[in-house]
Amino acid sequence: MKPSRFTAVGNWILDRFPLTNLWNDHMAHYYAPKNLNFWYFFGSLALLVLVNQFLTGILLTMNYKPDATLAFDSVEYIMRDVNWGWLVRYMHSTGASAFFIVVYLHMFRGMLYGSFKQPRELIWIFGMFIFVALMAEAFMGYLLPWGQMSYWGAQVIISLFSAIPVIGDELALWIRGDYVVSDATLNRFFAFHVISVPLVLVLLVLLHLIALHESGSNNPDGIEIKEHEDENGFPVDGIPLHPYYTVKDIVGVGVFLLFFATVIFYMPEMGGYFLEHANFIPADPMKTPEHIAPVWYFTPFYAILRAIPDKFAGVVGMGGAIVVLFLLPWLDRSPVKSIRYRGGIYKKALLLFVISFLALGYLGTQPATPLATTFARIFTAIYFGFFLLMPLYTRWEKTKPLPERLTDHPSLEDRIPALLETFDEITHVVPVQTESGTATRRKLNPEGLARVLGRLAINLKKKFD
Amino acid sequence: MKNLILILLLTASTISLASEKLELDSADIDLSDNKSLERGAKHYVTYCLGCHSIQHIRYLRIALDLDIDEKKMLKDIAPEGAGIYDKLQTAMNAHDARKWFGIQPPDLSLIARSRGADWLYSYLKGFYTDSSKPLGVNNIIFPDVGMPNVLWQLQGEQKPVYKTVEGKPALEKLVLAEKGTLSEKEFDQTVNDLVNFLVYVGEPMQLERQKMGKFVIFFILMFLTIAYLLKKEYWKDIH
Amino acid sequence: MQIEGVDKSKRQFLSSALTVVGTVGAGYLAVPFLAQMQPSVKAMAAGAPVDVDISKIEPGQLIRVEWRGKPVWILNRSEEVLETLRTLDDQLRDPLSNNSDQPNYAKNTVRAIKPEIFIAVGLCTHLGCSPTYRPEIAPHDLGEKWKGGFFCPCHGSWFDLAGRVFTGVPAPANLEVPPHRYVTDTHLIIGESASEASA
Repeated sequence: MKPSRFTAVGNWILDRFPLTNLWNDHMAHYYAPKNLNFWYFFGSLALLVLVNQFLTGILLTMNYKPDATLAFDSVEYIMRDVNWGWLVRYMHSTGASAFFIVVYLHMFRGMLYGSFKQPRELIWIFGMFIFVALMAEAFMGYLLPWGQMSYWGAQVIISLFSAIPVIGDELALWIRGDYVVSDATLNRFFAFHVISVPLVLVLLVLLHLIALHESGSNNPDGIEIKEHEDENGFPVDGIPLHPYYTVKDIVGVGVFLLFFATVIFYMPEMGGYFLEHANFIPADPMKTPEHIAPVWYFTPFYAILRAIPDKFAGVVGMGGAIVVLFLLPWLDRSPVKSIRYRGGIYKKALLLFVISFLALGYLGTQPATPLATTFARIFTAIYFGFFLLMPLYTRWEKTKPLPERLTDHPSLEDRIPALLETFDEITHVVPVQTESGTATRRKLNPEGLARVLGRLAINLKKKFD
Repeated sequence: MKNLILILLLTASTISLASEKLELDSADIDLSDNKSLERGAKHYVTYCLGCHSIQHIRYLRIALDLDIDEKKMLKDIAPEGAGIYDKLQTAMNAHDARKWFGIQPPDLSLIARSRGADWLYSYLKGFYTDSSKPLGVNNIIFPDVGMPNVLWQLQGEQKPVYKTVEGKPALEKLVLAEKGTLSEKEFDQTVNDLVNFLVYVGEPMQLERQKMGKFVIFFILMFLTIAYLLKKEYWKDIH
Repeated sequence: MQIEGVDKSKRQFLSSALTVVGTVGAGYLAVPFLAQMQPSVKAMAAGAPVDVDISKIEPGQLIRVEWRGKPVWILNRSEEVLETLRTLDDQLRDPLSNNSDQPNYAKNTVRAIKPEIFIAVGLCTHLGCSPTYRPEIAPHDLGEKWKGGFFCPCHGSWFDLAGRVFTGVPAPANLEVPPHRYVTDTHLIIGESASEASA
């Protein structure tokens, strides 16, 4: 067959650029463990959200004005007068929250299956830097709409820096560029939000991926697939990323978009969590809103800050809550990676950690009543206890023997028949008298429900041993 | 251990209930009711626009969204001399406002998004006579409010009834002392139209957004179905 | 992993279907993304028709008003100027305005509803500079042949006082005449044709 002009152009490029190699190294001949479950969707989803933030962010800068007198109005201008501006803005604001949901789940996956452990410590470190950059990005982006929450949130968080001894006050002043949060602050935050931090983020994501593709993905069994290779040097339990995981991740993308679109089109404020009510009032440096709370993704750390009754110690506590995450690869002394083969202590500790994280998140949104503060202290203790006691309990606890090869676990879709069966068990069909005669309707069956709950409790108990 | 978690969760959920809140009347918001929105717009221009601008919406947008003819909009609803592209600006300038009220009355473009419809509805109905205040009125929802009751002729005069709680007088309810030009039901309807209009103004694209959402979600479902079938097809290879 | 027994055509079909749906979806997403760069309602409000009072324009005087952010000229032409305009046809690229932009009611020799009042968008049809108004006859910088007109300083295009372009200059067409109508003899609206207003 005579090569067409199209292939000729393609070959001209391929002779000069290693596209084939890149594709093979990272997609077609990159082998990933074949047992990755739904927890492994969140990495690719984070990348998708990043792209969403970039595209919508660029469009927003075309009409946004980083000027204290114009910023608030320019956001409403985007929402009303700019064609489709409301969609772009909601995609960006919802994307910010989606980013944190996805990243938190991604990080939790790492804790479930020990993805941070040797030899993947550096992947985790890069990931943590991404998380920190993301928090900076979100924090500075939140100032831009210049609403009451934007303003006072920034005022409070920047004041945290003034807790640092000796240089604190000077540092806070330098960050703001003024004695209070002002036009100067807004302008520099805009510069950081749209240029500097995104560049850093992209670089870090690249490092994260390069490091990942060097050691390869971990998996729910937490064993290395590279230890069993076939005659061609490919892992026996591995499958090429493309097409198997590309088609799988696209399904994940579809499910994600379903949630994403539902929020954008039906609840863009998400009950005041994604867009806070007080932020629809223009910033007023003379008047603090009665109750200020950061956006939901910062509230766990904010609750820790408030729980500690000393300014400097509070800031250290809040910073420590993030620093301690960096140290995770060295705090964990367990010989196994995955939660599947750990003992009961780690499982219970992780559960407690998740509960305390969620509870701190909730408490951070609420006013600091004495009772709430007491609870915040308990949960802060649990949060730090989980990490700081880790070297002890992970070394002591008895782990289960690791399998030689990857094990088979039912996937979400395999469980659908069982779920339907359970649904059948907890409901039953009863005849109902209606105006037009007798109809049948599904009603809750208390006996079945009790049986199912009993089974669930036993199963849970077994799982936590 | 499970008990401990349960106790923690239960207590956590009660913390939020600790702060007491005033019961709000609920407004009946229906953004597809163009007639109500049109009445609301008319009321707004009559009673509110004197002091409160809505600087983020134009008469044209309202006319298009509520299906009102542009000429009718300018003749019947917009104040004398307003153009169709004009925003809902108040005639009062900032200087006079500060002189008369001490502050400039806020722009109400986003008031429904920051306060909520029920709050606005209860607030507008919640004025009562209180001779200790400079304006002679107070508000049950917004104590010591700096705004007069612009709707008093319609509503009539409300007087407070006090009860004693722990030895101190507390406001129990409001009663109508003198009838207004509207019956109670008519007045509620008027306020409701006004709040409905403010909710619309807070986010004029709401209906359009929800309509579009159905289409988008249907499309994503279609995409998801094909993606799932493709995934299943490829993963047949994996054992 | 085994490859045999694979239904290739089903895979091919599903892949194509997904590509098509995905592309259509991306296309739908591109519409709002691109459309948001279109002029906003604010720009359209600024582009609304402009009212002009022309009672104070002396013969030979040119005033500029802004319409859609562009300079619009309103020129009161004297009888001598109109006389000159009739003699220029052989020097012009498009004397009858067949290849130029104007409403039908301005498609005549003087390119106006009322011969003495000339209205045009003051931007050169070459690359969008605003030409200068040079009513004087034969000034020394423009030479003997200049009968009064508009001269574009950017690339040297010549137009007569009806905005018609001369031959041998870079501009391809006559100056654009915007839609306009007279409410009264002295009240002019720019940006709206008489037919549109009644519709």
